[in-house]
Amino acid sequence: METFWFWMVGLMITAYVILDGFDLGAGAVHLLIAKTNEERKEVLESIGPFWDGNEVWLLAAGGTIFFAFPALYASSFQGFYLPLMLVLWLLMARGLSIELRNHLDAPMWRPLWDAGFAVSSALLAIVFGAALGNVVRGVPLDDTHEFFLPFWTNWTPGAHPGVLDWFTVTAGLTALAALTLHGSLWVIYKTGGNVCERAAKLAKRLFVPVLGLTTVLSLMTFSVQPRVLASFTERPWGLLFPLLTVSGLVYAWLMTRACEELNAFRGSCVYLGGMLTSAAFGLFPYVLPSCLDARGSLTVWNAAPPTYGLQVALAWWLPGMALAVGYSAFLYRRFAGKVQVS
Amino acid sequence: MDAALVLHRLHFAFTITFHYLFPQLTMGLALLIFILKLRAYRSGDERCHKAAQFWTRIFAVNFAFGVVTGIPMEFQFGTNWSRFSKIAGGVIGQTLAMEGVYSFFLESTFLGILLYGERRVGRLLHLCAAGGVLVGSWLSGFFIIATDAWMQHPVGFTRAANGDIHLESLWALMTNPWTFWMYLHNMTGAVVTASFVMASLGAYYLLARRDEAQGRLFLKTGVIVGLISTIVMAFPTGDGQGRNLAKWQPAALAAAEGLYRTETGAPVALIGQPDSGKQKLDNPILIPHLLSILTYQRWNSEVKGLNEFPRDQWPDQQELLYYGFHIMVGLGTVFIGLLSLAALWLWRGRLFEARWLLWTLMLAAPFPYIANTCGWMTAELGRQPWLVYGLLRTADGFSNKVNAGNTLFTLLGFMGIYALLSILFIILMQREIELGPSAEVSH
Repeated sequence: METFWFWMVGLMITAYVILDGFDLGAGAVHLLIAKTNEERKEVLESIGPFWDGNEVWLLAAGGTIFFAFPALYASSFQGFYLPLMLVLWLLMARGLSIELRNHLDAPMWRPLWDAGFAVSSALLAIVFGAALGNVVRGVPLDDTHEFFLPFWTNWTPGAHPGVLDWFTVTAGLTALAALTLHGSLWVIYKTGGNVCERAAKLAKRLFVPVLGLTTVLSLMTFSVQPRVLASFTERPWGLLFPLLTVSGLVYAWLMTRACEELNAFRGSCVYLGGMLTSAAFGLFPYVLPSCLDARGSLTVWNAAPPTYGLQVALAWWLPGMALAVGYSAFLYRRFAGKVQVS
Repeated sequence: MDAALVLHRLHFAFTITFHYLFPQLTMGLALLIFILKLRAYRSGDERCHKAAQFWTRIFAVNFAFGVVTGIPMEFQFGTNWSRFSKIAGGVIGQTLAMEGVYSFFLESTFLGILLYGERRVGRLLHLCAAGGVLVGSWLSGFFIIATDAWMQHPVGFTRAANGDIHLESLWALMTNPWTFWMYLHNMTGAVVTASFVMASLGAYYLLARRDEAQGRLFLKTGVIVGLISTIVMAFPTGDGQGRNLAKWQPAALAAAEGLYRTETGAPVALIGQPDSGKQKLDNPILIPHLLSILTYQRWNSEVKGLNEFPRDQWPDQQELLYYGFHIMVGLGTVFIGLLSLAALWLWRGRLFEARWLLWTLMLAAPFPYIANTCGWMTAELGRQPWLVYGLLRTADGFSNKVNAGNTLFTLLGFMGIYALLSILFIILMQREIELGPSAEVSH
């Protein structure tokens, strides 16, 4: 049961990264690819009906962690107190930037929110990447499974790391590169004209950094968290996930060159999904490893409540998620095709 | 009290109070918009159609602020109340996750259609989208109330040896008897706020002599729905909630009423200032026997005073609890009076010319917000010193690794951000109101 919820949470986080990822990425690049007010409106319209629903995947994943792994929820939210507050403030700035931009027609109003949207989107991409890096690297959990991390210490991922060190910063940059590519591909698919052309040009340039950073990050991961390499040698079928990552990226690249817009975006989805499932597979059964002593680590077994709660939750969770997927499919179908700015 | 404890409490109290200014309007407004759209759909009434469009714009701004200020709430369970989350997460995590899975997806999907889809979908589907937003937001309210109800009156759990609270029956959690009245009371409160805001804006347009046809529709809808909901607020929902308190949290009832000593034929204090140090009410104006009648329906029944309960189970903010409760009840009574008057004038066909009444209605809009806030203060302060009533003390629930300084830092950060949000909100509302219901605004 615990393993089931581990993978469900993993899937929800993957869905979140793929979905909110494209609107984060679109936000991060929109100043580069959209110059006039109409063009920026076009980018915003391409994510307008979706971004709020995409963000719900984060909340739903958080909620699922809350009841399925309460000890993980409690420990990590307390330990990452300062960076999480930063995430909150960024999420707030971003939500407001999107919603408020078109409400007032004053000269400095729109550029202000456009900048806010770009900066908060880019920072969020970095912070989410760094957050994932922290989970993979591990945190100084004591035997009560608690910790509190400062923003940084000596920048090396040793026994007393900070939120930021060279490993997590690399993870953050990788996330930024991957999501800007992902967002650009979405914009190509949803728009036409100048915006589409600029996005295509940008996307083609982004493939090299994404590939480079992904490779560097993977190598770093094996040295920072030996557990990951061990997982793949113990259960080689898991190599499927990294394989997905690579083939997704290659497919996205080929499709971008062939101007197959939707398929290129799909390739990028597969790439992101591969990255996250690889990380999840590599960590399992750990949900938050300790970098002090393995006994402090949180695993799917010691972070979960007794079986009753996990089993009974299936009764509402499965139909609820089926509904949620249904709504999303309906929404994406309703707003399919390229946006038209009137 | 420990400084960190005080700051963690203030952190949550401040952010949730500010947050709830928005959902209480949107949950009520979702109902009113649905009513307007339904009328427009069935009769083809263009005025109702326009009104629904206008209120959807107001709704959208409030909803965005509600979402933006709501995300920190889910985080704070973990960031600021991590010991509570670890101990009780297996229970309250269920209802909180249900909110995400059942209402947020529904709401966000249909709000997307409601805001962006008027031209893309037909009128029927657009009406359904309004219905979807209504159901989503009311479900959201349900899951939050179910969570809070469990903290007020825990059911369906077992206690592990290490103190963790485990879910034993999901059915018991979902059918907690506390939830029923609290949910109805709270949702009716949201309808009261929305009705007052709608009537207030209608009064404004009439007084300003613009958009008068719309103004009359707003006033009529606001006054009629408002009168019904303010009455339901007092009876049966408020009464039911009061009886929950008498049955399961008698110490909270005693402190809220300012009843320090047990009395037979206990009075209700209309006015009076509590002094928790001396355990007495200064300058009280009392209505004898009323509390006994309200609580137990008998002239001379005994109501327990605070003196009956051990000191370590007294609510720790007795003054605030007393004032919160009294302001809520007092305002509720005034609302019934004001809206009855307005309904009478409406029925006699004189409301739209009665400028004194229009002025009063226009200026009344902030008060339901105060009443709703005071209601929540009564519920949450009354629960103290418990975080989960009888099981976990508030002092044992906060994040012990997050020290007072860090908490103060982020609390001040939130205060600054929310001050900024308030300014933005006022600018945007002012603009929507000035544009008015007749403006053609594409999203």
